[in-house]
This record gives sequence, C-alpha cells and structure tokens, in this order.
Amino acid sequence: MADTASVSAEPDFESLAPKLTPLTRIQRQLHAHPALGPLIVLIASAIVFSFINARFYASANISLMLQQVAVIATLAVAQTLIILTAGIDLSIGAAMILSQLFMAQVAANNHVPGLLALLIGFVVGLGTGMLNGALVTRFRLPPFIATLGTLSIFTSIGLLYAGGQTTQASQMPGLLNWTGNAVKIGPYNLINGVLLMIALYIVVNYVLGQTKWGRHVYAVGDDVDAARLAGIRTNLVLFSVYAVAGLIVAVAAWVSIGYTGAASPNNAVNANLESITAVVIGGTSLFGGRGGVIGTLFGALIVVVFTSGLTLANVNDLYQPIAEGILVIAAVGVDQWIRRVKV
Amino acid sequence: MTDTAHSTSMTEHGSDDQLTEAADRPTPTPSSKGTPVLEARGLVKTWGHVIGLADVDLRLDAGEVLGVIGDNGAGKSTLIKCLTGALTPDRGEILLEGRKVEFKSPLESRTAGIETVYQTLAVAPALDIASNMYLGRERRVPGPIGLITRKLDKRGMVKSAKQEMTKLGIATLQDMRQRVETLSGGQRQAVAVARAAAFGSKVIILDEPTAALGVRESNQVLDMIREVRRQGIPVILISHNMPHVFGIADRVHIQRLGRCAGVVSPATTTAEEAVAIMTGAKQLQPAPTSDA
Repeated sequence: MADTASVSAEPDFESLAPKLTPLTRIQRQLHAHPALGPLIVLIASAIVFSFINARFYASANISLMLQQVAVIATLAVAQTLIILTAGIDLSIGAAMILSQLFMAQVAANNHVPGLLALLIGFVVGLGTGMLNGALVTRFRLPPFIATLGTLSIFTSIGLLYAGGQTTQASQMPGLLNWTGNAVKIGPYNLINGVLLMIALYIVVNYVLGQTKWGRHVYAVGDDVDAARLAGIRTNLVLFSVYAVAGLIVAVAAWVSIGYTGAASPNNAVNANLESITAVVIGGTSLFGGRGGVIGTLFGALIVVVFTSGLTLANVNDLYQPIAEGILVIAAVGVDQWIRRVKV
Repeated sequence: MTDTAHSTSMTEHGSDDQLTEAADRPTPTPSSKGTPVLEARGLVKTWGHVIGLADVDLRLDAGEVLGVIGDNGAGKSTLIKCLTGALTPDRGEILLEGRKVEFKSPLESRTAGIETVYQTLAVAPALDIASNMYLGRERRVPGPIGLITRKLDKRGMVKSAKQEMTKLGIATLQDMRQRVETLSGGQRQAVAVARAAAFGSKVIILDEPTAALGVRESNQVLDMIREVRRQGIPVILISHNMPHVFGIADRVHIQRLGRCAGVVSPATTTAEEAVAIMTGAKQLQPAPTSDA
C-alpha cells in the first residue's frame, strides 16, 4: 500500500517518488512488453553462436532452423491461446497426430480427394479442441486433468485408427504435401509450411491484439470473475479458445505432413511439452492474461537456435535438453519476478 | 407470515393499524418526484428455513443517493442481488421506471441500464484502464473497415475513457493505457465507478465501494458518487460505514433480519439512531421520516 502515496493529484508528487534503479526499470519494461525478454535472449544467443561457429548464420543453417521450428511453432500458437486463459493443453501433440493420421489415411486408403481429406483433418482437429473445451467449461475439469485424459484418448484412437501404420507423403494427394514444397525467399530455402506458420502468427497476433475476442481472451485469463462481472460470457470465450486451438492443431498437422513427408503415429511425440516450452520461454505467463504469440515465436526460435548452435559448437547432444531445461526454469523465474512489479 | 411481513414493511410510514390502508400500496410515501426509478415491492427470498428477504420494499427516486445499511446477514446483499438479477426473488416484483422487470442474470440488468460495482473490485489487473472501462462493451473502428477487420477502436476508447474520468473529476488518472494492476485500490475503484457511471444510464449500485480503501481514497470515491448524483443518475450505496452513508445519502434504507426496518433521512436521524434501529435496540415508531 506504500505506493498509494503516488495517488495524489499534486503535480510535484512525481519528484517524491522513489528513484528507479536500473533493475526496476528493466522489470517495468519486461512487464509492459512480455516479448522483449525472449527477443533479447534470441538475439544474444544468435550472436554468441555465430561467434562460436560462423556456419551458424549461414543461410543454409537459418533455412534449416526455420523448417525445424515450423511444426512446434504452429502448435505453440494453439498452446499460447490456451495458456493465456490460464489453462494448459497436454493433448495438442496427440491431437495433431490424430488429425494428420485422419488426413493421410482417408486420402491414401479411402481415396478421398485432397481438399476433402484436409477438411476432414480440420474437423478432427476442431473436434479435439471442442472436446477439451467442453470438458473444461461444461464439466468444469481443470484443464491439466482434462487434457491429460484426452492425451491418452487421442493417442490411442490414433494408434487404433492407423493400426500403427505410417503413411508416406507419396501416397497422399499433392495438397496434403503442399506444406512440404520448397519455396525460395532471397537466400533462404524454405518450405510452404514455414510461410503458413508465419502467416498464422500474423493473423493470431492481430486477432489477440486488435479484436474484441482477443481482448476477452486476455480478460478471462487475467481475472475470470472480473470478466464475468463485466458481462463477458466467459465459458463461451473459453470454449471458443479450445475450439480455435483445435483448428490450429490441424494446421500444425498439415505442416507436419509436409515437413516430415509422412503421417506417422510416432511423429512429434514430444510436441506437447515442446509447445509448452516455447510458450513459457516466450514470456507468456502460466497464470494467464499476460503474453502473446510473438513472444512464443521467439521462444520456439530460441529453442531451435540453442539446439543448432550447441550442435555446431560440437557440444554433446545430451547437453541440449539441459540447456532447454535451464531456459524454461529461467523463463518462469523471470515471469515470477516481473509479476511482482511495482509501478 | 404475510401479516407480520406486511407490518414490517410498513413501519416506514405508519403503525400497524394503518395496515389495511397500506396493503394496497402505491408507493408508501406520497412521492413528489413522480415514478421511482427503481422500485421493489414485497421481495421474498428464502432458502429452506433461511430467510434472506421477508417482504422487502425498496424505492429509489430520481437523482438521489439511497444508502442501504444493515448488519451482517440482514439481507443487504440478497436485496441487491435480487435487484441486479444475480438472484431471482421467490415473490415480489421489481419495477424499473414504472415497468415491471424480471432479470434472470446480472447481464440483463446491465442491459436495462443498471450498473453494479461489486465489492471485489471487478477489474482485470493486466488490462489497461481504457480496456477495463470498455470490457465487455468494446467498440469497433467505425464503418466498413471495422466491419471487415473487426479492429477495435482503441484510440476512440482511450479518448472516451479519459472524458468519462474528467467528467467525474478524477484528475489522478491521466494515462488510460496504464495497466490497472499498477493502480492503488482507490484508483481501481475509481475505474470501476467510472465504468458504471459511463454506462449506467438509469441506476448505479455500489456494493461497499469504500470497504477496502483508506481515508483519502474513500473520500475520492464519495466525491465521485456526489458527481454521479449531480449528473442525475440515482445511486444505491451499500455500506457498513455509517459516516460515509450519512455523509452522502439522501435517504437510508435500514435492513434488519431480512426485513426493511425503516427508511430514514440523514437530515432527521443520526447515525447512532440508525445503528440502534439496525441492531434492534430501537424500533422505528410512526416516524414518517422519509416524508420529511
């Protein structure tokens, strides 16, 4: 309550305010711009790794990193939306696999045309999201538990449906494989999936920052009671977040088919945790209401920069998860610190 | 039960022998101000044996601040919840500007023009002041651009938020892009009251607005309430704080044990007397205070 002293209308009160230390200034800036921290870490680590091995910033390596990050970065958009509502989704990796297995199998085995197969995959993705959303809003299950349950369910359904079979991209219509097609931008050799991922970030960033729905997502995550009392239909917002996340999961499934050139039940087994890692490193608070997708993009890039940089620095592969773990812990630590900001 | 209930509700303006006359109740006091803005007649709300409200009348006239006081469990909250649609009364009716209304949710009462500021500072801390003021009522960029892009009119909302603050004489909040979590309790309450004043076209209900505040901040909120009244919007002020209520209210509705123990005027009744009525130490005998 000490800071209530600055409530006064007297103009000279400003000068009485305690002097800001450089540390509190940083804290304030990070507080106001959650994506700033991850951006600084991203740039700093990129510079350091470039010094260690010049091949790091070769366009070939940058292209490779962007391709590697596409699937997780796409999935992390969905995860960001859910974490912004103070939830968490443990099932999105499994949901993505389920969605891509349906896309691939109906096309390869049932000879459904590409567009329809894609659509079926999106319906499956949407369905997984709606199921999670219903469990969280209708049955009032904690998101952690609800999605822990659906994680197992989606995984098993995927395995049962596909019979453990991998479908190669060559058996699928071109549309499903479109995300894997090469595209050259300047010196960078990318795949369409990367562009799709970037487009998704631009769209979702706009929606979160500039539209009513986006603002309601933040409000629900920030203080669900305040949001409800302000007349927001909080359950509807929550449900819609899970449904939209389901659609984004289907986009990730599509990108994944293109990137890996196959639809396999064993694709991206760690995708759940990796997407959470990207979101957390990206500065989105697990307590909800704070953060955004741009930070998540930086977070996903930080992970891949560390992976690539450490490899190029000839560091034993086994150290990479350690680095990732330190990043996650540091990111949450920083979040806790900036949440205690005093202005 | 009905008999006793009637008599209680009528103590306000007469003794029990006036009961028959009072039973067909057009507003108990011959209101010179015309139709009350908000009126509740014979509200009853029970949960099994627990009586929340036992035949309570309430009247809010145009341009007045009506204080609602009562001990814990006297039915203050139940009364307010019934008025805002958070609870549905078992019996009785509510009239807004003379028309019967039945609110099924707080949202419906809001749409009808009744704004409520809840005790639990209902603001979203990570959002800025302007966002909080327009939370749930966001405005889009006008014209076809807004229709297609769904873009929020952030600048417009910041500007109007600033205007509302100025209108209420709140000089301490200048930057509408400031996050609410960076504000003091009083400033947050100011945001909540300003939001209510901006949208509460007919009635503003404040539930313990000064409970969590210091002396100076409380005074700021009371000043805001005066300003709201000056602008012609009637206010219902629920509070435990007698000096606050008696310093600002035009009339004070006293709840006791689920009933209205009387409506008094701060001009003729002291806070001590009101507390005595509130606690049952004193009965409000034929005292047409509200006519005074």
